[in-house]
Amino acid sequence: MECYKSRTLTFTNANIIEGYTVAGPKENDGRYKGFFDIALEDDMFGQKTFERAERKMFEHAIDGAIAKANLTTMEIDAVVGGDLLNQIVSMSFAARKQHAGFLGLYNACATFVESLIVGSCLISNGFENVVCAAGSHFSTAERQYRYPLELGVLRSPVTQWTATGVGASVLSSASETPVPRVTRATIGRVVDYGIMDANNMGAAMAPSACDTLVRFFKDTNTVPEDYDAIFTGDLGKLGSDILLDLTRQEGYDISKQQHDCGASLYWDEQQTYQGGSGAACSALVFNSVLLSRLRSGAYKKILIAGTGALMSPTTSFQGDSIPAITHLAEVCI
Amino acid sequence: MDKSITENNVISKDNYKSYVFEKMPKSSHWKNMFWAFLIGGVICVIGQAFIELYKLWFSIEDAAVLASGTMVLIAAILTGLGVYDNIGRFAGAGSTIPITGFSNAVVSPALEFRAEGYIYGVGAKMFLVAGPVIVNGVTISVIIALLTLAFGG
Repeated sequence: MECYKSRTLTFTNANIIEGYTVAGPKENDGRYKGFFDIALEDDMFGQKTFERAERKMFEHAIDGAIAKANLTTMEIDAVVGGDLLNQIVSMSFAARKQHAGFLGLYNACATFVESLIVGSCLISNGFENVVCAAGSHFSTAERQYRYPLELGVLRSPVTQWTATGVGASVLSSASETPVPRVTRATIGRVVDYGIMDANNMGAAMAPSACDTLVRFFKDTNTVPEDYDAIFTGDLGKLGSDILLDLTRQEGYDISKQQHDCGASLYWDEQQTYQGGSGAACSALVFNSVLLSRLRSGAYKKILIAGTGALMSPTTSFQGDSIPAITHLAEVCI
Repeated sequence: MDKSITENNVISKDNYKSYVFEKMPKSSHWKNMFWAFLIGGVICVIGQAFIELYKLWFSIEDAAVLASGTMVLIAAILTGLGVYDNIGRFAGAGSTIPITGFSNAVVSPALEFRAEGYIYGVGAKMFLVAGPVIVNGVTISVIIALLTLAFGG
């Protein structure tokens, strides 16, 4: 057995004081209807292009989160986060409107949990308020990664549907009332099991999810039964099944605790095949449903594992396999 | 089937691809072929109907060209209305192979990249999907023509 160094960080005061979500129309027709702060009726959001719509969603999510937390933009020390577009333009352009420092992050669909980890580190180093945001838009991702929207193609049954939405959390070093806190986090490593099919991202990401989860359990001497729920980002149905097989092989049975943000986002009738994908999945589900369940006490301790496939269309066309990463955060109330 | 792999062998980096292949849901070839033949057939029947209609006024050659043009126009309009991709989602090759599929392949990127302007958007990206079909089609037709010439077909 190889020997690894611990990759788990501990935080004492990373309070998640507020979360805010902007969801697309299809997402608000899904299982979590009504949980989102803003649900778009039209995914153009009154803009001329889909890219501008995504940017506006980021602006609304960041401003909304700050306002909901009873803060002003001047009180924010840093905004961290990213999206799926080349050069993470949606997040960066939205950050133009902020006074706070900005760190642009990219770890594909693991970006939201990555931003929580980076945000928690900043809080630990003395920052007072940090906004963590991530999101994606079906139409901008589709044209960057796959085919034109109106092209009539048969979709493979292993494909997922890029979710439209942005989620933002406000982390604060102090909170008057008990709020959910990021207590520990494991930084993922890049794992590549040689999957070539860019449609089958669940299979490409499952080994990395297993790697990070097992690393966390070993680093912290915990077991899956210690948690009320373990939410993976966007493994989809197939990826989740694979993850269960892989973790069982490592001696951890997470079948009772594991849920997938992407797979649970839509109803089966919405024909997304394996469920949702994209940075929006974990950002939307965490900042709406999970935060409210933590606040209500339905969950006391959960794990959120953002899963990301790190390929680009260029690497796929050049015949390279898909590296994947999973970052994990432990959130307790 | 997944049990046999997980209980008897260990999933490793080496056998991961074959494990995934066994586990993943497969496309239903019979269902896909059924819809492809049905929708593809219907498209061809409509095309033939236009040929028959145009034959009332024109020669058979002109009628065929006019019918192709009509089908291209209809497919372009359906693409613009956002209908053609819904047909293609279950018809697959049935709506890709006929000339209407070619129209869809040109119009859909043209629509999509309109946001980047007429030169760098529509102009540059219009043949994003259809370009390889044209290039390879022309190349292969030249090769076949040369073969025909060489072997005196």
